[in-house]
Amino acid sequence: MTATAYSAERSALKNGDRDPGVHRPDRRQINWWLTALVAVLSLTIFIPLYFTVVTALKTPDELGGSGFGLPGTPAWSNFAEAWTLTDFPQALMNSALITVGAVLLTLLTNSMVAYAIARNMHRKLFKGLYFYFIAALFVPFPIIMLPVVKETALLGLDNQLGLILLYTVYGLSFNIFVYVAYIRSIPLELEEAAITDGASTWTVFWKVIFPLLGPMNATVGILTCLWAWNDFILPLVILSDPSAQTLPLAQYVFQGQFNTNYSVAFASYLMAMAPLLLVYLFAQRWVISGVMRGSTK
Amino acid sequence: MSVPTLSRPAKKLPRAFYIMVLPAFALFLIFHTVPVLTGIYYSFTNYAGYGEWSFIGLSNYINLFRDERILNAYGFTFLFAIVSTIAVNIIALSVAMALNSRIKFKTGFRGIFFIPNILSILIVGYVFNYLFSNSVPAIAEALGINALTSSILASGDTAWIGVVILSVWQAAAFNIIIYLAGLQTIPGELYEAASLDGASPWQQFSSITFPLIGAFFTINMVLSLKNFLQVFDQIISLTGGGPGTSTESISVLIYRGGFQGGEYGYQTANAVIYLFVIIAISFIQLRILQRREASF
Repeated sequence: MTATAYSAERSALKNGDRDPGVHRPDRRQINWWLTALVAVLSLTIFIPLYFTVVTALKTPDELGGSGFGLPGTPAWSNFAEAWTLTDFPQALMNSALITVGAVLLTLLTNSMVAYAIARNMHRKLFKGLYFYFIAALFVPFPIIMLPVVKETALLGLDNQLGLILLYTVYGLSFNIFVYVAYIRSIPLELEEAAITDGASTWTVFWKVIFPLLGPMNATVGILTCLWAWNDFILPLVILSDPSAQTLPLAQYVFQGQFNTNYSVAFASYLMAMAPLLLVYLFAQRWVISGVMRGSTK
Repeated sequence: MSVPTLSRPAKKLPRAFYIMVLPAFALFLIFHTVPVLTGIYYSFTNYAGYGEWSFIGLSNYINLFRDERILNAYGFTFLFAIVSTIAVNIIALSVAMALNSRIKFKTGFRGIFFIPNILSILIVGYVFNYLFSNSVPAIAEALGINALTSSILASGDTAWIGVVILSVWQAAAFNIIIYLAGLQTIPGELYEAASLDGASPWQQFSSITFPLIGAFFTINMVLSLKNFLQVFDQIISLTGGGPGTSTESISVLIYRGGFQGGEYGYQTANAVIYLFVIIAISFIQLRILQRREASF
């Protein structure tokens, strides 16, 4: 196989070609044994998911044993019961609101901060700011956990808005890191051309830089979304009003109160996992390439 | 290093740049730096989280080192974090290499192995909790494996293994993707040349694959250890710190003691020590791993 064929294939892989094995010449045959091994390994992912689904559909007297058997008639009422017990619509709304808010605010502000820093790294002030933000990567959450709870309560931010702000601020360290690296690879000439045409710094940022940040925005957006949606510890300590509960927090509270009714509990877990699983089903390749991009930058 | 071409015409920096960073800087200061400093300040007091308090100097710090429960939490957290870091990296690298070789349905499998990373650890933990305490013992009984007929979570000696399994299951997903990104930076020609020279698969791994993904290995090792040292959700959903205090991690202890135990000042002192421990470990790890990277 020639080097060009190789690089063509490698770029196809990078672009997430659905099945690069198909067009290959004989020398690079598919390794079926390895494929089978990987398939068996993927059972470790599917078994807990399968188990969640069947348990959610069982009646209480079908539980017991290993729990892997199929339910008789699916007990859909478990979902209805979980729906009311956890106040599902409210929790879903809160999770959605917080996640969307955190993603939008993160994309808008973090990229802007990174741009200002990346283009002024030669100035002491901005370089200092860069290291100031990055240093926070090493601060473990428990050290700020107790004081930040007092602070948000004092400021009246022990609610959904407060969480949006906290995700935006706490994501800054990592996001600045990836954005700055990316922005510094964008040629300055593009901006200079715009400035010569009379564009202000703001216009340059919104019209030239922000659109160019597309791939990095996708990466940061995906990671922020996964974090804000699944996070448990921040909602646990920050939120004071039960009606502000997020989905994971609702499972925690509900688990404490009704931990004997496993079928209903599993129906509730499944409903809490479903929205992101569904989104992932459709956006899978995009999500994975986004995360991979974040790690190579 | 970028050249300051943008500011060539006038020395003065456009005000827009300051406006861009100012709100974020202010919020960061308020919600990150101030809490860190308040935390450090409270660690020198006997504040319970409510009511009166007074300055007590280093007493909290001295008491920390005599507190069985805290030493126990550090012991568990380190055992758990080291075992999980090693396990997750071995598993993730192996799976990533399989996903990067000539297998069918590559994209599909990558999608599947990333699933644990999109699920909430707390919820997955509840599912694993049921598996460990009911399903596994039932299966073990049917198969006649006596060692597993009682829940591993019910015994102080084995509960940590359950926490490791759940954590590795969840964390491997992200590590696999990072290793995959690393593996794709290796030119295929290198393997072709090596196999022409008659290098065994193990030789190819140890002299091509592993050295060339060194940076990715470093990232994964440092991030895994740092994340595992902060283990929280896994514990809450699986064991609640028990049986007894056998799986109480540092984060869980700080949360419990600080919010529910009236030990606000004392537990912030614990958190300060914890901060230094994490920083020290991350730096030592980076130094060692980067030296290793360079030696290749």
